[in-house]
Amino acid sequence: MNHPAVLETKEAFGETTLIVDPARIVDLCRHLKDSEKYVRLSGITAVDMHPAEPRFEVIYHLHSIEKNHRLRLKCLVSGVNPEIDSATGVWRAANWYEREVFDMFGIGFRNHPNLVRILMPIDWEGHPLRKDYPVHGYKYSYPSE
Amino acid sequence: MSNIKHSFDDHTSTIPAIQEIPATPAAPRRMTLNMGPQHPSTHGVLRIVLELEGETIVSAAPDIGFLHTGIEKEFEQKNWQQAVTLTDRVDYLANLSNNLVYALAVEKLLQIEIPARAQWTRVMMTEFSRLNSHLVWLGTHALDIGAMTMFFYCFREREDILRIFEMFSGQRMMTSYIRPGGLALEPPRGWQQVVGKFIRAFPGKVDEYEELLNANPIWIQRTQGVGFISLEDMLDLGITGPMLRGAGLNWDIRKSEPYSSYDKFDFKVPVETSNDVWSRYRVRIQEMRESAKIITQALEGMPEGAWQADAPHVVLPDREKMKTQMESLIYHFKIVTEGYRVPAGEAYQCIEAPRGEIGYYVVSDGTSKPYRVHMRTPSFGNLQGLPKMLEGIMIADSIAALGSMDFVLGDTDR
Repeated sequence: MNHPAVLETKEAFGETTLIVDPARIVDLCRHLKDSEKYVRLSGITAVDMHPAEPRFEVIYHLHSIEKNHRLRLKCLVSGVNPEIDSATGVWRAANWYEREVFDMFGIGFRNHPNLVRILMPIDWEGHPLRKDYPVHGYKYSYPSE
Repeated sequence: MSNIKHSFDDHTSTIPAIQEIPATPAAPRRMTLNMGPQHPSTHGVLRIVLELEGETIVSAAPDIGFLHTGIEKEFEQKNWQQAVTLTDRVDYLANLSNNLVYALAVEKLLQIEIPARAQWTRVMMTEFSRLNSHLVWLGTHALDIGAMTMFFYCFREREDILRIFEMFSGQRMMTSYIRPGGLALEPPRGWQQVVGKFIRAFPGKVDEYEELLNANPIWIQRTQGVGFISLEDMLDLGITGPMLRGAGLNWDIRKSEPYSSYDKFDFKVPVETSNDVWSRYRVRIQEMRESAKIITQALEGMPEGAWQADAPHVVLPDREKMKTQMESLIYHFKIVTEGYRVPAGEAYQCIEAPRGEIGYYVVSDGTSKPYRVHMRTPSFGNLQGLPKMLEGIMIADSIAALGSMDFVLGDTDR
């Protein structure tokens, strides 16, 4: 892939992974959708590499029905105030996936139209899929009316 | 009708159940209506905040998360073998599809070869799981629209399928039958008779359903021309599965990216073009017939041989061998105490589930527990398109429209 945003290309198990500069992720997504026919965004997720730095990997799974090909984009995001640009302007499907990543990992998406929690209660504290989030314990109270 | 306010708010939002929005000269009087999360036709606990103008839906905002159980976090606490049981509990109507996609993803990382008999049994069982899911969909969807008999007919056949699951795995719903390395148990003696009897009778049963619905004026009026959403919108919003095939797109992962020897089976991908509730109904009915064809082919051509991979470090050994062979006992001890290790790496595997694309993104750090498992579930992707589909239609049609999406809330919220 010859695009200035792509830092590295990896192949494993017949799957292609592009390591992408997080600052230019939206440019690349726009290019892949418009020129390379990756019309579908299959999903966005993240992996917490705690305590490594950069701490988070934000993963985009793209799919082109026409080319019958899948592509994985990977952005490394710092653990200090993690933020990345939102891809909702490219695929509307990104909306809920980014909300889920925000909810579960606390990664912010700049220019997202409605970045609020989606699975956890709206007043929840903490981000459950972070590796330093405890698995056991009691923590729940309904807010008073 | 002034100032109606009910105060059974749930904890996730501050929007009251029914709220009247004051009319302005520019905008006519509107009302916000809270549908769900305990509404029976939302098929689970889905809450939709509808903004109405008369009986027309102006905007719809789904609110999900009521069934969130943190399954992805739990994956990270279990070892690879134990995690199979979690995959059952994601989509409770297509358990075997979830078992299969997890097994395929882990096998991709382990690089082990699965024998033909196990692959064919997997295909047969996932097709049964598709029949199971489509039958529940047809029964409950018809019930929503007012055709009550369909519910009994569909659940009659579903019961037979659950008995077949029980015969194979010992469980009716939480099967955990397909595991990394092959199957959980050898197919039981005499399964050919049971499956054969069911599958010979099944096409006749589908005829019965069609006889009840195809010429039924109420069914036709409630489904034809209802629930339109353009193909471009669907692709952009991440909708997959029968919804896309009902809009004329011939895309099925079983054909485009064959897995588990689906390329050895002869079946068609049904496509309809009218892009409404009716076309989704037609697609699913024809998919049931195609699944029956696949099961018949699996029944007739089932290969002989091993039903588990030749990978003693992954597959639990035979109980009899454990009593006589030291090696088997050691492997057994290793697998049940520490679990097997999976080489470090990442893999994405997707399959065509009854509702669309299920994709598991699995990351291993080389230990005996998954580092991260992300489930791209079809219900989550499909539900995102709901507002687009509901906008502009009547509130009574919304039940038919959202039913045609066939989502499972356990699958959405995980």
